[in-house]
Amino acid sequence: MKRLLVANRGEIAVRIIRAARDLGIATVAVHSTADAAAPHVRLADTAVEIGPSPAGKSYLAADTIIEAARAAGADAVHPGYGFLAERAAFAAAVADAGMVFVGPDASVIDQMGDKVRARQVAAAAGIPTIPGTAAGVADLAAGVAAAGEIGYPLMLKAAAGGGGRGIRVVDDEAGLREAFGTASKEAAGAFGDGRMYLERYIRRARHVEVQVLGDGADVVHVGERECSLQRRRQKMVEEAPSPGIDADVRTAMTAAAVRLARAVGYRSAGTVEFLVDDETHEFFFIEANTRIQVEHPTTELVTGIDLVAEQLRVAAGEPLRLRQDEIAARGWAIEFRVCAEDPARDFLPAPGRVGRVLLPAGPWVRVDTWLEPDSAVPPFYDSLLAKLVVWGEDRHSAIRRSRRALGELTVEGVPTTAGLFADLLEEPWFGTGTFHTGTLEQWLRDRREAAS
Amino acid sequence: MARHEIVSPIPGVFYRRPDPDSDPFAAEGQLVTAADTVCLVEVMKSFHQVAAGAAGTLIEFLVENEDVVEAGQPVAVIEPTVIEAG
Repeated sequence: MKRLLVANRGEIAVRIIRAARDLGIATVAVHSTADAAAPHVRLADTAVEIGPSPAGKSYLAADTIIEAARAAGADAVHPGYGFLAERAAFAAAVADAGMVFVGPDASVIDQMGDKVRARQVAAAAGIPTIPGTAAGVADLAAGVAAAGEIGYPLMLKAAAGGGGRGIRVVDDEAGLREAFGTASKEAAGAFGDGRMYLERYIRRARHVEVQVLGDGADVVHVGERECSLQRRRQKMVEEAPSPGIDADVRTAMTAAAVRLARAVGYRSAGTVEFLVDDETHEFFFIEANTRIQVEHPTTELVTGIDLVAEQLRVAAGEPLRLRQDEIAARGWAIEFRVCAEDPARDFLPAPGRVGRVLLPAGPWVRVDTWLEPDSAVPPFYDSLLAKLVVWGEDRHSAIRRSRRALGELTVEGVPTTAGLFADLLEEPWFGTGTFHTGTLEQWLRDRREAAS
Repeated sequence: MARHEIVSPIPGVFYRRPDPDSDPFAAEGQLVTAADTVCLVEVMKSFHQVAAGAAGTLIEFLVENEDVVEAGQPVAVIEPTVIEAG
C-alpha cells in the first residue's frame, strides 16, 4: 500500500490520514465545496474536489470517488464510518477498479448488513440472539406454548405492525392470558392480521460491543466498550471497559464475538454489538458493524493499539501482528461526543461560524477533531465537532480527568453538548456506572421538567 | 393583503417531497392552511418540516428542490386567503 484515498471528511478523515502518515503511506483527501478549507484537505498529500456541498453529490458519489482514486494513483481506499463505509456495492466497486478496500469483503458486508442474515449466522455460531417467535402466533394456546420457551417478561406485538404500535409488556402467564385476546383483536382491526410476535423483554439493557480484528484467517478481540448512554439511539458517551459486566460475561461475550467473526472469515476491524440484561446478566447478539467506529479511541487508549493502523496493515496483506495473549486492557477510557447541537432546544442542530476554539490537552487527554478557530460548521454533515477522550488508571480517575478536560474546552459561536457532559459527570448514577440504555433519556426528561 | 413569504428557519438543503418516492408536499397554485407542511430542510442529517405559516394559495416556490438555503431565506410565497370583515 503506497497511496491511500480517504473517502470521508471531518474528524475521522483526519484520524485516518494521521494513521496512514504514521505508517509512511501517502494520502489523498476528497472534499466537497463546503470542505475546501477543511483540515483533512490540508493534512493529506493531495486533495480532490468531488462535488457540491450536499453529501449525496459528494461524499456519497461512489463513482466519482473511485474515479478520483484512480486518477490520483491510489492503490487503496479507506471509507471511514458513515457515508459509503458499509455499502457492499462500494467495496466491490473499489476492488473491481483494482484497488484495496480497507474493510471486509463486499460479501461479508452484505452478510452482516442484513439483520436477519446476521442473526442467522450468529445463531449458527452458537451465539445467543434475543429469544422470540420467528413467525407470528395465531392464538393464545400457541402464545402460551411459545412463551414457555422464550421466558418472561416478554413483549407482545402485532406481527403485521410497525414501529412501537400496540406493544404490550407482560410479566407472566396470567398477564399473557389477559393481554393476548385484546392485543390480537386490535391487531386484526388495525392490520387485518391478528397474529402476534412474542419476544423477550429486557427491562434494563446495556449496550456493550466487542471490538474485533481479523486478517481473513485469524481473529482476535480487543476488549469491549460500554455504549449504553444514548439519546434517540445516538451514542453520546462511551467507555472502555464496561462498568456493567463481570469477568464471566466479558469472557463469554468476547469469545462469542470472535466466533462470529471467524465464522464469516472476517478481515479488518469490526464490532459485534450485544444487549446485556442487567438483571440476569444474559447477553444477546444485536448486530455487527463492518467499519471502524466513532468510539474506537476508547479501546485504543486502554490497549495501546492503533486500530486504524491495524486496519491498514491487514488491508495491505499483512497477517495480524497481535496474538490474543498479547492484548490487555489497562485503566479506563471515556469518550464524549462534542456536537454542534443545542441541549436547551431539544438538541437542535447548530451549524454556523465558530470563533475562538480552545481544546483540552495535557496528560492522557486526546481530542479527535476537525474543528479550528475562525472556521464554519457546515449544515450538510453530521454535528460531531470533536471527540474528547480521556484515560485514567481507573474509572474514578478517568472521571476526574474528564472534569478537568471538559473545563478546558471552549468553542465560541455555536452551542455544543459539552456543558451537558459536565453536569453528567456529577450524577451519582454515572459515578457508579449504574445505568442502562434508557437512563440518559430519562435524565434529560427529568432535567427538562425541572427547568420548566 | 400582503403576500406571505415562507422562510427557512435553518440553513440546509431544501426538499419539496417527504422522501424521493412520494409526491411533493404542495404544488404551486394549491390552497394550503397555515399548519400545512410545504417543504423540508435537512440540517446535519436531521429533517425539519417547514409549515406554510399562513392560509392561502401557494403562488410559487423561490428555490429548486435540493437547493442549499440559508437561515431566514424565503423559499415560497403565499397569497393569503382574504377573510371579509362581517
